[in-house]
Amino acid sequence: MSAQLHLIQASYLAAAALFIMSLRWLSGPKTARRGVAAGAAGMALAIFGTLVDPNIQGYTWIAIAFVVGTAIGVPLSKVPLTAVPQRTALSHAFGGLAAGLVGTAKYFLWLDEGTLTGFRMGAIIVEVILGYLTLTGSLMAAGKLQEIIPTRPITYQGQNVVNLGLLAIAIASGIYLVIDPTIWQLFPVIILLSLIFGVLLIVPIGGADMPTVISLLNSYAGLAAVAMGFVLENKVLIVAGALDGASGLILSIIMCRAMNRSFTNVLFGAFGQVQAAAAGGEARTAKSGTARDASDLLGNAGTVVIVPGYGMAVAQAQHRVREIYDQLTKRGVDVKFAIHPVAGRMPGHMNVLLAEAEVPYDALIEMDDINRDLPQTDVVLVVGANDVVNPAARTDPKSPIYGMPIIDADKAKYVIANKRSMNPGFAGIDNDLYYADNTLMVFGDAKAVLGDIVKALSGESGH
Amino acid sequence: MSALDLWSMAFVFLLAAFVGFQVIQNVSRLLHTPLMSLTNAISAIAVVGSILLAGEQHSTFSTVLGTIAVAASVTNIVSGFLITDRMLKMFRERSPRA
Repeated sequence: MSAQLHLIQASYLAAAALFIMSLRWLSGPKTARRGVAAGAAGMALAIFGTLVDPNIQGYTWIAIAFVVGTAIGVPLSKVPLTAVPQRTALSHAFGGLAAGLVGTAKYFLWLDEGTLTGFRMGAIIVEVILGYLTLTGSLMAAGKLQEIIPTRPITYQGQNVVNLGLLAIAIASGIYLVIDPTIWQLFPVIILLSLIFGVLLIVPIGGADMPTVISLLNSYAGLAAVAMGFVLENKVLIVAGALDGASGLILSIIMCRAMNRSFTNVLFGAFGQVQAAAAGGEARTAKSGTARDASDLLGNAGTVVIVPGYGMAVAQAQHRVREIYDQLTKRGVDVKFAIHPVAGRMPGHMNVLLAEAEVPYDALIEMDDINRDLPQTDVVLVVGANDVVNPAARTDPKSPIYGMPIIDADKAKYVIANKRSMNPGFAGIDNDLYYADNTLMVFGDAKAVLGDIVKALSGESGH
Repeated sequence: MSALDLWSMAFVFLLAAFVGFQVIQNVSRLLHTPLMSLTNAISAIAVVGSILLAGEQHSTFSTVLGTIAVAASVTNIVSGFLITDRMLKMFRERSPRA
């Protein structure tokens, strides 16, 4: 082994250590930025180590690709934080694309050389199937999040049979190739089937399930990188891919638990199908009030808990929410935020939006912790959240969301809920919270309504 | 490649997966969005395989695919690390006066 090869392997080993430290430092907000620095340093080391590889014949194409990647990457890092779920989905697509392309190129190279062992072939098949299905699946998810593609779940009879059938054909073709790698005609078939499967996998999935789906795609992208590591016999790729895959899997499990659903239920049982069960029932009236009524309630409270949801992101109302937090805190009111794990469109979405609005992170409380405080809370303010505060999840076994852990907003003394209108939320499920005696509905656009509440609160701050 | 290489890769995968589960379970729920963008940037280490493919120039086909793969990976590296840092900068503790 030449000195150069030792240098390359040493740079990979150091990169792997830095990647692990990077995620370790992400355990809390105080050390998290150090984690980013460690990750970037590891990446730079591994890239420099690779660039000195004696097998590289020319640098022109590599340089062009770096320029193009940077030109796309920099603007993608500056998107508004409400668009972070789409950006994340896009980056999973890029990861899947890279894995798919490398696998494809390696197959044909080794086919020419006659060096396709059974092991290499198997690893390439796994890499290619995962890579290409992550590519199209993530593009579909990004399209739905950006609302270029209809966000409603699209379902039809026999959907699951069709999807699994396609995947089964792809895997069977793959096994055939492992046995005889020279039937190259099967390879494009596998690529095509994987691409189609990725699309069909996301078609029946609705907006509320996006946090789980993004996490799953995250996991697939990581596993595709692991498979690529096996193909290229590159251990740093295996380590980084395993970290990514583990992260995606853990997030998916957390998201599924937070909705009381299983993986198979999210992937194969579209939310749209259960709507019919929830409809019906007699017309009820909710108590509605003005922003002034709401500010009176809030201003006289001792403790306030704000429950944000995806509606806050849509209305870009996080800065108004922060102003309410400021006004109330100034008056000595204790204000906290209740964060449901699946609020928003990706894991941790609400935390990032509120941090952007400069809400201190120690005011952001997880569901289980805040639920202990809610029976002693004076006022809960619900902004753009719906299913995550629906008491039917606790009380009504017939409800499609029955069993899902929720934020117990109904246990507070008073509830103020802002909504555009009385139309039911995403899942089409009626919410008893809005009809409760202690609930005051304030209708209108979240940004406008919260702005009026802020005005009313600051006008009164004289006394 | 010998059979031992295969097994040593399997060991690396096993250990890395366990380390990953341990480390990531300790990540604060506050930071799950940055976690996803950071792990995404890290798994763009796929760039090393893509660089070799684009640089070894075995065939036009493999060079073109390698170049596209490098561009896709660099996109994830650049945007992933930058946006993670941008998000993390925003997380602030309650100021002492409050």
